[in-house]
Amino acid sequence: MSTNNLSYNDQGGSDSAVEVGQETTPTSSSNAGAGFGLFSTNFKKNDDLKEMLESNKDSLKLDAMKRIIALIAKGKNASELFPAVVKNVASKNIELKKLVYVYLVRYAEEQQDLALLSISTFQRALKDPNQLIRASALRVLSSIRVPIIVPIMMLAIKEAASDMSPYVRKTSAHAIQKLYSLDPDQKEHLIEVIDKLLKDKSTLVAGSVVMAFEEVCPDRIDLIHKNYRKLCNLLVDVEEWGQVVIISMLTRYARTQFTSPWREVSGGGNSETAFYESDEKKTENEDEKKSYMMDPDHRLLLRNTKPLLQSRNTAVVVSVAQLYWHLAPKHEVGVITKSLVRLLRSHREVQYIVLQNIATMSIQRKGMFEPYMKSFYVRSTDATHIKSLKLEILTSLANEANISTILREFQTYVKSQDKEFAAGTIQAIGRCATNISEVTDTCLQGLVLLLSNRDETVVAESVVVIKKLLQTQPTQHSDIIKHMAKLFDNIAVPMARASILWLMGEYCERVPQIAPDVLRKVAKSFTSEEDIVKLQTVNLAAKLYLTNSKQTKLLTQYILNLGKYDQNYDIRDRTRFIRQLIVPNEKSGALGKYARRILLAPKPAPVLESTYKDRDRYQLGTLSHTINTKASGYLELSDWPAVAPDQSVRNVEVIEPVRIHLYLYCPFPLTIQALHQGSVCVCQCLYHKVSCYFVSVCNASQDCIHNRARFVCLCRVCLCVCVLESSSEVESDEEKSSSQSSEESDKSSSQSEKSSSESDSEQKKKTTKKPPQKKTVKPTAKDRLHGFVPKKCLSRSLCFSLYTHPCPLSCAALLQVSGPAFVPEKSHDLLHRMTGKGLSAQYQFPRQPCLYQPSMVSVQISLTNTSDRPLEQIHIGDRSPTGLNMHCFNTIECLLPEASVTVSLGIDFNDSTQAANFQLCTKEDQFSVSIQPAVGELFLPITMTEQDFRQEQGKRLGMNESSATITMAAANTTSQPISRQVATVANLGVVPSGQDNIHRFAGKTASTGAVVLVTVELRGESTALITINTEKSVMGPMLLRDLKRALAQA
Amino acid sequence: MIHSLFLINPSGDIFLEKHWKSVVSRSVCDYFLEAKEKALEPEDVPPVIHTPRHYLISIYRDKLFFLSVIQTEVPPLFVIEFLHRVAEMIQDYFGECSETVVKDNMVMVYELLEEMLDNGFPLATESNVLKEMIRPPTILRSVVNTLTGTSNIGDTLPTGQLSTIPWRRAGVKYTNNEAYFDVVEEIDAILDQSGTTVFAEIQGVVGACVKLSGMPDLTLSFMNPRLLDDVSFHPCVRYKRWESERVLSFIPPDGNFTLMTYHVNAQNLVAIPVYVKQSISFFESGSGGRLDVTVGPKQTMGKTVEGVMVTVHLPKTILSVNLTATQGSYTYDNGTKLLVWDIGKLNPQKLPNLRGSLSLQAGAPKPEENPSLNIDLKIQQLAISGLKVNRLDMFGEKYKPFKGVKYITKAGKFQVRT
Repeated sequence: MSTNNLSYNDQGGSDSAVEVGQETTPTSSSNAGAGFGLFSTNFKKNDDLKEMLESNKDSLKLDAMKRIIALIAKGKNASELFPAVVKNVASKNIELKKLVYVYLVRYAEEQQDLALLSISTFQRALKDPNQLIRASALRVLSSIRVPIIVPIMMLAIKEAASDMSPYVRKTSAHAIQKLYSLDPDQKEHLIEVIDKLLKDKSTLVAGSVVMAFEEVCPDRIDLIHKNYRKLCNLLVDVEEWGQVVIISMLTRYARTQFTSPWREVSGGGNSETAFYESDEKKTENEDEKKSYMMDPDHRLLLRNTKPLLQSRNTAVVVSVAQLYWHLAPKHEVGVITKSLVRLLRSHREVQYIVLQNIATMSIQRKGMFEPYMKSFYVRSTDATHIKSLKLEILTSLANEANISTILREFQTYVKSQDKEFAAGTIQAIGRCATNISEVTDTCLQGLVLLLSNRDETVVAESVVVIKKLLQTQPTQHSDIIKHMAKLFDNIAVPMARASILWLMGEYCERVPQIAPDVLRKVAKSFTSEEDIVKLQTVNLAAKLYLTNSKQTKLLTQYILNLGKYDQNYDIRDRTRFIRQLIVPNEKSGALGKYARRILLAPKPAPVLESTYKDRDRYQLGTLSHTINTKASGYLELSDWPAVAPDQSVRNVEVIEPVRIHLYLYCPFPLTIQALHQGSVCVCQCLYHKVSCYFVSVCNASQDCIHNRARFVCLCRVCLCVCVLESSSEVESDEEKSSSQSSEESDKSSSQSEKSSSESDSEQKKKTTKKPPQKKTVKPTAKDRLHGFVPKKCLSRSLCFSLYTHPCPLSCAALLQVSGPAFVPEKSHDLLHRMTGKGLSAQYQFPRQPCLYQPSMVSVQISLTNTSDRPLEQIHIGDRSPTGLNMHCFNTIECLLPEASVTVSLGIDFNDSTQAANFQLCTKEDQFSVSIQPAVGELFLPITMTEQDFRQEQGKRLGMNESSATITMAAANTTSQPISRQVATVANLGVVPSGQDNIHRFAGKTASTGAVVLVTVELRGESTALITINTEKSVMGPMLLRDLKRALAQA
Repeated sequence: MIHSLFLINPSGDIFLEKHWKSVVSRSVCDYFLEAKEKALEPEDVPPVIHTPRHYLISIYRDKLFFLSVIQTEVPPLFVIEFLHRVAEMIQDYFGECSETVVKDNMVMVYELLEEMLDNGFPLATESNVLKEMIRPPTILRSVVNTLTGTSNIGDTLPTGQLSTIPWRRAGVKYTNNEAYFDVVEEIDAILDQSGTTVFAEIQGVVGACVKLSGMPDLTLSFMNPRLLDDVSFHPCVRYKRWESERVLSFIPPDGNFTLMTYHVNAQNLVAIPVYVKQSISFFESGSGGRLDVTVGPKQTMGKTVEGVMVTVHLPKTILSVNLTATQGSYTYDNGTKLLVWDIGKLNPQKLPNLRGSLSLQAGAPKPEENPSLNIDLKIQQLAISGLKVNRLDMFGEKYKPFKGVKYITKAGKFQVRT
């Protein structure tokens, strides 16, 4: 230290006291930028800082530390104070401690030996009961870039990775990257930790660990398999920065694991080119097209990322957009357009990146952004690079239909004060003109008008563009060439002069009078021209010499002589070459004969292309895409595999599938499967046997320790909203029952759970005698929130929803009857009160499996006494046909005036729509009534998977198939209304479908249990093909007729 | 990810640097300063610069450059978005984002930057979380701190950091519980010479100031949600609920925040509240020209148009202007050639007019293009798209909050071409 002091004195001796005074107030702005006298003033100041740090008072130390940090922030060196600072690392004062940490992280690398002094403090802090302290200790420890402590860091990371607190685990994920950059040899160990953390279910950890994965081992895609579905499901709840990282990782993952969804499109393209090929191949193609089925996991990713397009974070929006661009089927990519256009309102820098991405997209897919063309109109206040990007996009979007609008807009831009931008516009006009042949002439005329513009850049640019345009159709435009020749005197911009010279040479035969004159003019000024003009002059001379040697021989000689002694070797070379080529002498070789063919060969017109044409080789949204070169660390997006790798690698064994069952009276019972770390909750609607959308978990925390958690669930089929609130009783119940359930074996428990839950709900209904009501989305459902009773709650473990992984019980469940998808409220008159002498009866089909006999269809009859006297002994009398198997209700002894009662019947219709006739009797009277079921009521919905559906369908072809093509009502073209309409007509269950345009429904007849399969396939805008497969050859066409009627109407 | 951050003022001085990984020398900024020299305006500096060893991503905001140094591939928007968050955080903590403020609070800014990123990856960017870790300075607190020796640094882990709702802190208490919402709509439009609309759209923002105790769960519904073409939300809003029911259901952050932004894109539906009659012409001789601008109300839905302001970037060859305004006052800065006419409230009976002569520099040619006019205006108590809040319900807490909604329409990028 003493040597240091000495050196201070040596250099700082001349320092003035005034400056020292200034320096003691480090926050004053006066000294901020002044980098000069600082070296000297620092030394003096450092002395007193050292004293302050060594004092006993925390406040003095704190002041000193603040000044030191301010020095660091300004980028000044404070490393000499290291020993004094590091002593305070164990300080009790938390603010002081934090500042010391900040200092340590900055200078530990330079002062490795001294930094080791602090390590033990951190090691102690890693065991602290406070998670904040544990986390920050790990943060600082891992930020100290000292190779010696690698083993200590490794140990700390491993320990932290299994810490109780997700925050500490998150910190450990960050530490992994730091350790990796310090010592890449630790890779294998770190991958182990990453693997462990990837399994973590906390949303807090997910983003950080994926970041570590991307940095350390982006090629270890096998680590992702098991966590893929979890990551997809957690995604919405991960913090926004993590979302960006996870999405880009999943994009790469999906490109290696799924087959291309674009096959149909490329197939379509092929079929055009395959016009000359054999028909056989064509059909093959089509078969292939049909057979593409999107992997459910692929679909899961697309579905779960879509809501993030609404994120406020622009990076998230663009990363979802690139995911859709690279992964989604072509017809689905359109969803990203709106969101990207929205970002154009954001900051200038954001606009820049977004426009770049749009520029690349719009080259391949014009249609996507065309409706938003006007959003790319340029404002005079836009920055230059924004303007040129917008111009680029507008040019890409131009087509026959909108070109006139775009050109009119371009006319405004040409007049802009920003001349660089005006020049860009002229180039854009040129591109439009070559791409769209209809407007070439108009553009050319417009550009010629610009030649009389006062601004030279505009004129020069016009000349260059006109030159390119003329090349495409030179025949008609000799007058334009003449006009340009006249301009030659006035234009000074080299590129434009060169362009004119080239034009003269190329079309010299068209303007035989003028071309030699231009050559004469340029020969005069040859020595003072730019290189590019000189080269073109030599060219022009050579061409004229070949075509019109009489007039230009001398001129050419003169120019070639000048060129021979030019300073630029390019020009010298060119001159020498041309001379040998065209001037006949004894040495001129074989080439001389071909001079004319070489120089005056017809040249192909230039293709004016976007500069963004080749950018699609980079993944959109990446840095590499922006700078158009491969940035270090850029990970290539692989091509789709031809054959999808094994899908089952993503299956996750469900450990202890324990569920919380929360029964609601209304509207539907739901099974809640809760996942405790993090906030994923998957509900299953018991009636629909489908997973519900989990909407949210409200309230402070869904930590299990908390007494209250609230779930809002949305049924996928009926869109019922249910709000479930678990109360403290849930907790206690849970404790009790969890012990019971753990004894049950895996498979049987889930199976029995299913059936028991069903029967439970069945019983519930019986006792309450309330049929489940139809509920569409109604906020009023909230009124009933308090009505549910938690019955059996099991938790503390996770389950996965049925649709996110293939159900292992699919075979057993094939013919399993599920709840109705929809229960129509419509009731039919059984007995009018006038004919029934005061007794009125109405019936409806509750669509429940009949409790009395499975082959029966249950019918609900509501009896109302509208007379003024009580009716006694209401029962069912004779029935016909006599063999009619029917379960009657118990005799109602007495029905008071104005009272009504609902009873249920079971009728075996024997799978026919023949009416069931019977007599409804009171004490005095008998009324003949009949119930005629619609064909759709004779079914019971069943659940099956898509594969099973196809399998079953394959068994029922030919005679057993009836189909029809119909024109759909406009309102029915999306999945929701179709499911609803079909469910209204017939009691069928929805079969989850992988394709958006195909809807499948399945059921079986009540009586004989024959399977009925309905497929609605949307074809084009409004046509649809309905196919019904069933052995019941009578019921098939009847059902078809009903469905046609329902779907065709609004 | 993000390696280092430099704050640079417009004259090119680096006044703060922060490194999250190993130290990168300042000299890397030279590439940026070079590009800055080349650009005419600070806005024209390219946001992404490629240097041999590093990539520089910068934003220009509040007259400051935020320059970050990147070494490996990272989505550029990720960095840009973060840099804007830094600027917003400084604004949020100290009331404004400027060189002086940053210099005065150097240590605190540095500590905040330390907390926001860990190893270059964002750790805590939510203002609520940061404020629990490092309390924002107030006069009262600094007095208390000096007296008692306590600090601005929180010693517990912010609860927001751990929960899935990081935007809200626990244990919020207010004596007056209130929730106010501002629906602010901006009209972006381009009108051509004849006054016809070339392009118009409405951008809306629903800002909120929510001061409610406990953990309220709010539901905000609109009378006509179908109007909204495209929306983006604060992370607190539940997407699914919006998708299915078109209501905003959320647990709000504490204090001020932007709840949602939306976009109304129906070209013919956009009502343009004012019309502008203008003629700017230059004499062929090139000695000068005339300017005549009149602004009048058009579709204002019966409200008065306030704060009308016309800004014109005159051509560079203009020497001086000699104008008279029938209402309001105009200023002309000969340095920037910026003509600003502040009209104020628009009176339908007596239309404000600005006319007079422009004189050109001697010998300068007649300007090619007429300058375009930028219009600024404000209409209170009106959302020009017709959007209306239907109701606000609160669940989860017992008390009754005060509720209020305010509508404002403003001109966004409203340009009249001449």
